Amino acid sequence: MTDMSTLSTFLTHIGLGHFLFISGMLFSLGIYGVVTRKNAVMVLMGIELILNSANINFVAFARYGNYGFHGQLAALFVIILAAAESAIALAIVLNIYKTFNNVNVDEIDKLRE
Amino acid sequence: MDLYLILFYFFAIITLVSAFFVVTTRNVIYAAFNLMLTLFGVAGFYVLLGADFIAIVQLIVYVGGILILLIFGVMLTNKITDTDIKSGFLNRVPGLLIVGTFAGILIGTLLKSTWRIAAPLPPPVAGLVGIGNLLMTEYTLIFEILGAVLLIALIGAASIARKQSN
Amino acid sequence: MNQIPFIPIALIILVLPLIGFFFTLLFGKKIKQMYLFETGIITTALGLSIYMAFMKLMYYANEKIVSELTWIDLGSTKAFGKISVDLGMMIDNVTVLMLFVVCLISTLVHLFSIEYMKGDKRYNRYFSYLGIFTFSMLGIVFTHNMLMMYIFWELVGLSSYLLIGFWFEKKSASDASKKAFVVNRVGDFGMLAGILILFANYHTFTFDKVFAQISQGVLPFNSEFWLTAMGILLFCGAIGKSAQFPLHVWLPDAMEGPTPVSALIHAATMVAAGVYLTVRIFPLLTGDALLFIATIGAISSFIPATIALTQNDIKKVLAYSTISQLGYMVMALGVGAYAYGFFHLVTHAFFKAGLFLGSGSVIHAMHHEQDIRQMGGLKKKLPITYTTFLIFSLAISGIPLTSGFLSKDGILASAYAFGNLTGYKIFAISGFLVALMTAFYMFRLLILTFHGEPRNEEKYHHAHESPALMTMPLVLLAILSIFAFYTINPLSAQTGWVLKDWLKTPASVVPEHARYSFMVQKHDEKPEAAVKHEEAVAEKPAAESEHTIIHSEEYTEALHHAHYPAMFLSLAVAGLGILFAFIMYFWRKINADKLADSVKPLYKFSLNKWYFDEFYDFAFVNGTLLLSRFLAWFDSTIVDGIVNGSAVVTRQLSKLSGLFDTYVVDGLVNLSATLSGLLGIFTRKFQTGKVQTYIIMVVFSLVALLFILMNYGI
Repeated sequence: MTDMSTLSTFLTHIGLGHFLFISGMLFSLGIYGVVTRKNAVMVLMGIELILNSANINFVAFARYGNYGFHGQLAALFVIILAAAESAIALAIVLNIYKTFNNVNVDEIDKLRE
Repeated sequence: MDLYLILFYFFAIITLVSAFFVVTTRNVIYAAFNLMLTLFGVAGFYVLLGADFIAIVQLIVYVGGILILLIFGVMLTNKITDTDIKSGFLNRVPGLLIVGTFAGILIGTLLKSTWRIAAPLPPPVAGLVGIGNLLMTEYTLIFEILGAVLLIALIGAASIARKQSN
Repeated sequence: MNQIPFIPIALIILVLPLIGFFFTLLFGKKIKQMYLFETGIITTALGLSIYMAFMKLMYYANEKIVSELTWIDLGSTKAFGKISVDLGMMIDNVTVLMLFVVCLISTLVHLFSIEYMKGDKRYNRYFSYLGIFTFSMLGIVFTHNMLMMYIFWELVGLSSYLLIGFWFEKKSASDASKKAFVVNRVGDFGMLAGILILFANYHTFTFDKVFAQISQGVLPFNSEFWLTAMGILLFCGAIGKSAQFPLHVWLPDAMEGPTPVSALIHAATMVAAGVYLTVRIFPLLTGDALLFIATIGAISSFIPATIALTQNDIKKVLAYSTISQLGYMVMALGVGAYAYGFFHLVTHAFFKAGLFLGSGSVIHAMHHEQDIRQMGGLKKKLPITYTTFLIFSLAISGIPLTSGFLSKDGILASAYAFGNLTGYKIFAISGFLVALMTAFYMFRLLILTFHGEPRNEEKYHHAHESPALMTMPLVLLAILSIFAFYTINPLSAQTGWVLKDWLKTPASVVPEHARYSFMVQKHDEKPEAAVKHEEAVAEKPAAESEHTIIHSEEYTEALHHAHYPAMFLSLAVAGLGILFAFIMYFWRKINADKLADSVKPLYKFSLNKWYFDEFYDFAFVNGTLLLSRFLAWFDSTIVDGIVNGSAVVTRQLSKLSGLFDTYVVDGLVNLSATLSGLLGIFTRKFQTGKVQTYIIMVVFSLVALLFILMNYGI
């Protein structure tokens, strides 16, 4: 989108930039979630947001960069990995709950010692 | 205003608003349901980008799998009698500052960059066949490894979450 | 093809004693009657061997039956072609004669031992040892190659060791067994070296193949010297096993074993294995090697004969006499009298086994008294033993009508002829002297043991004739010491079937100029191949001319001329020896003690066995001790000195490096530790342990990085 001269053109001609904008916002929100939430499960939700933003990027670049299906495949792999990651993470969270009887990440600071 | 435009803005609003609620609401269950909406929105973007298969996978895996997993996680780690499962915040101010700066930089970069864009092509048809071909030819190794990773993750998760028997 | 399955029969004969050995050893402790099983097995082997010997000598006397299989295939090499180690059996006349001797004497000794060893606490084990011995001896007899010969050679050595030291509670017995083993090892070392030379050059162990190669002019290391050396080295094994000078010292000590064992192993079979080996390798021996062998044989026949004159232990006398007679055989082979050498082996095996068994009978009767000074007058008490002993003594002295006369006379005649042909008359002279001494000491033994007045009344009183199981073997052996089994003419063996039909001197394969001059074929005499394999027999019918007589007419002539002088001379010396014995010990015209006193140094020298043991003790045992003492001193002073010196130097060096460590290295380490400690105190403030703080920091750093990149980088 080289000629984004006016706001109206920008708003009415959907291009790569729009998707990247959405993805960027999603990413920031995800990071905010990860940083600020107390509950470990909520932190995981933030991570899912970040992963989704990355996936949007992959697909968008593939579409506009004319890379065929390669970008989509990357997105697919990310989804698979995300599934694996969340399974593991939830198992860990369950273990943490068993150990500390809560899942508040701020209270789990054993690493400090 | 063509349909594409309307759909784009529709999905954009759904995604961003629900994502905002995900990270801000105190109620964990609300957050989970908002996350579902976000994932729906992202799936819509995939459709707009011509990636039908990824959109379907997004719905099946994320909404059908990961989200359910997260909700289970919430329920297992809180007392089930608390209908109003709250979750507090911390680092709100530094987090807001940092993330704001980061978002600013991202948007700035986005606007500043000149993207090398190929001639817009019609969205590829028969995406399933292409993806399948690629998976079985060029990406076979990765595909296989991912299968193994998934299996290992499954076993690992089961093993970690299992009750320790002495 | 042969009608008679010789090879399977041979295999059965070979394996039978082994089976006897295993079963008797395994069940001997549980089942008291196991010795009967062992004896039965040996008797079966004897029956088979008689059948085989009969068939072979009567119908296939001119054939050589060979059967072999590849044991280790060494594959095909570029330099030598195909190499393989073969196992095989060879059956010729020498084999079956030896087979018969071994089986017969083994059986008789088994029977004899049933009575003799009665009451021994390791009764069955004794019989199993006899079984393993018979097995190994038969292995030597049947083998067609040097490797198997060596394997069974060592097995025989082992069983000899076991049997000599059978009463190992006795220190002297266990010492004797060790001595026998070690002394044999010296000879076997030479033999092994010979075998290695043989294999290195001919790439086969098989006798016939080696002979074939030598006859085609292939010499070890391309020199006749090495051919001679190889022959002598192989003969070294015979020196050890046949107790030839200078390795004869073990045999008298080996008399510590049970007397039947002495009869079987140390008189008839095992010690004859050396002679048998020499017979087997005879074709490859050069003139020089044969001369060496003859010399060894002459010395070994002479020295023990002088020792035997004065010994008082009945078994020791027989032991020295055995060495002396083995020396005879070796000398006979050395002077080229192949047939007589082997013939003497056979006849000697019978009468010497008989002498030993007879002495066993005497010892048994005298309740394990071996000193002939304690005996005397036993003639009346032991009539059968006495009669047979007399026949054996006559045989070994070389009196006509006995087998000993035939073979001994042949050897002396050959030595005589050899002296005439080559000028080495010393062999004949020594041979006649030994014959004189043999007659003397045998009759001294006989008279002192059986005649005169009993010198130990108490023991005499208790003496009794041995049971039939012990006298029966004696009678059988005495019968076999009669001439009639070997020839119809009691004065000449030449016309008998043993020498005329059965024993043929094999063709020498060494280059003609390396042989004795009389062994060289005259050009008008047609040389013929001696070696025949089983397959070839079918095509060519056996003929008298298949075996080549290597001796030239010149030699036959000389032998013919030597026959009568040698015969009369040997008769004269034998008669003289017996006469002396009677004068000194029977009629007591000359007092033996006074005679001994008058030549006291000589007497002492003989009584003490020429001080061989003392000399070996001094030269080898002490030498080894001195050497090891020197080595110990060298170790403790010089080697340890070096080690200690280096230890001191090392210690000082380590002290130095210790100081360096403490102050310099440790200083640096401590410094860095202090620095990082300080750093830690500073940085730990950032470590809250809260994950999200870290994430904030990460994102903050990312933002900072992006900012820098955007403004300065891109």
